[in-house]
Amino acid sequence: MLKFILMRLLQSIIVMLVVGMIAFALFRFVGDPINNMVGQDTTMAEREALTESLGLNDPFMVQYGRFILNAVQGNFGMSYRLRQPVSKLIAERFPATLELSLISAFLALALGVPMGIYTALKPKSFFSRGFMTLSLLGVSLPTFLIGILLILFFGVTLRWLPTFGRGEVIQLGWWSTGLLTASGLKSVILPAITLAIFQITLIVRLVRAEMQEVLRSDYIKFAHARGLSPRLINFSIALRNTLVPVITIIGLQIGSIIAFAIITESVFQWPGMGLLFIQAVSEVDIPVMAAYLLLIALVFVVINLIVDILYFVVDPRLRVQS
Amino acid sequence: MSDISNQKDSFLTRFRDSDLWWNFKASPSAIIAAIVTFIIVFGAIFANFVAPHNPFDLATVDLMDSLLPPAWEDGGRASYLLGTDDQGRDVFSTIIYGSRISLIVGFASVGLAAILGIAVGLISGYAGGIVDTILMRIADVQLSFPAILIALLIDGVARGIMPRDMHDELAVYVLIIAIGLSFWVQYARTVRSSVMVERNKEYVQAGQVIGLPDWIILVRHILPNVMGPVLVIATIQLALAVITEATLSFLGVGVPPTSPSLGTLIRIGNDYLFSGEWWITIFPGGALVLLVLSVNILGDWLRDALNPKLR
Repeated sequence: MLKFILMRLLQSIIVMLVVGMIAFALFRFVGDPINNMVGQDTTMAEREALTESLGLNDPFMVQYGRFILNAVQGNFGMSYRLRQPVSKLIAERFPATLELSLISAFLALALGVPMGIYTALKPKSFFSRGFMTLSLLGVSLPTFLIGILLILFFGVTLRWLPTFGRGEVIQLGWWSTGLLTASGLKSVILPAITLAIFQITLIVRLVRAEMQEVLRSDYIKFAHARGLSPRLINFSIALRNTLVPVITIIGLQIGSIIAFAIITESVFQWPGMGLLFIQAVSEVDIPVMAAYLLLIALVFVVINLIVDILYFVVDPRLRVQS
Repeated sequence: MSDISNQKDSFLTRFRDSDLWWNFKASPSAIIAAIVTFIIVFGAIFANFVAPHNPFDLATVDLMDSLLPPAWEDGGRASYLLGTDDQGRDVFSTIIYGSRISLIVGFASVGLAAILGIAVGLISGYAGGIVDTILMRIADVQLSFPAILIALLIDGVARGIMPRDMHDELAVYVLIIAIGLSFWVQYARTVRSSVMVERNKEYVQAGQVIGLPDWIILVRHILPNVMGPVLVIATIQLALAVITEATLSFLGVGVPPTSPSLGTLIRIGNDYLFSGEWWITIFPGGALVLLVLSVNILGDWLRDALNPKLR
């Protein structure tokens, strides 16, 4: 098992280096970094001096190595647009995105998994048909449109909930949380639901498909033949076997929640990393784009690693093989 | 039991067209979805003749008519069925023209992704070995990132390389390439796994024995046998591509407001949501959902009807 984890770790590092290469190429070749740092009236000599002092005349691999070294230490340079260190900008906004993502991931799991199990066990029931119709609708509704509809209904028509920003936040050291104030909690409701709905539809469909597959298998028939109670069969034997593939997808889904947070944050003007990124894309703020890309890649790689290790915990067959 | 399914399989392959048609006639939701899709596509193609106004002809647009509500509300006018937007453009007409752009981007990017993905899948599955390993590693890495993020990144790079005016002009092409490049992986994986099965069949060996070049075997003989799943993926991805385009345009990095797609229209209307002019957002949004839902239903039906071993 140790060998397996080491191999996966090595693969992860290679992936990060490749993504780092892309991020660096972005930084170096898209637009001119010098042009973005100096004013109109800078002389050629001053430009040359800046180019030399930033090391932009060095060979590509040397620059790439320096970029990676800096990145590992959390140094991504200055934002072209906001004239502040990128690492500071991201550190300020990271808590907002993480709180939003975790709440909606929790919502999606808490609702999606039971709904999926229910539709698999009672496929003909009224509620199951309802869930499946809703999930088709959920897949067809773009995230931003869900957000707009929620704003229109709860924000504009009923005026129950705030529709933009995070509300009041409290500083806990460097972490700013909106979950300890009433206005912060109210503000998170609509964005979290928006972000969760698409995930719920995916999870319902996935859990249902996997569970139905398991319920048709021979060992479930055998368990019935042995006279075990349906409750034991469904929830102890079938569910456990359903969860193996479900864990993979849900693990990867947490990464995509962070990516979809870009859309949700844009609709609700939620001051997180996604909003920072989308502003960076439309203003071609390359250092921010590069840093965000690396950060997201890191999140994905770490999640993939955790999912692979979880396999060993959930599936005994893998432990026997190794 | 396996006998019956085998018989059905051979029947299906021999009379695929007629069986598919029979299947289609038996499914009311597929028929409705097909009709809705057809109406939207028809309207988009013949937008110049179908739309009651030309919203992009400045001579006919009057700023005095801006922000009119739909015809059935107080202050609405019959000539503007779904109301007008902030510049006095007829919302119904902008939806028809907008769905044209959405569909162009959708079809073209799915086409690009399919060509790229099928080519990679064919090569990867047929060649095997180190080529296969490298291509599938790339696919794995790309698959672990959401398509929308990759499309955003490609769009950001295009913005960096081109001057602003040029980017606005080429926005549709940039979108097609961005979405196309972020969607190819699924085709590649599906085609590859089908090719690996087909590769060892006798008709391929026969082709090799009589000395046909590899690309002829791939394109003329293997490709037609792996097209079923590709068709299903393409249908479902058409819906996804339309959503992705709308999302990018909504985020302000897609097509510009001068030739709006459905997503751009929703973005324009979003600014007026709080002042009560809901129709500028809601009608384009409704059109988008109707289109995507119909295509999704068609895709679901096609998957069940062709019954490939997807997933």
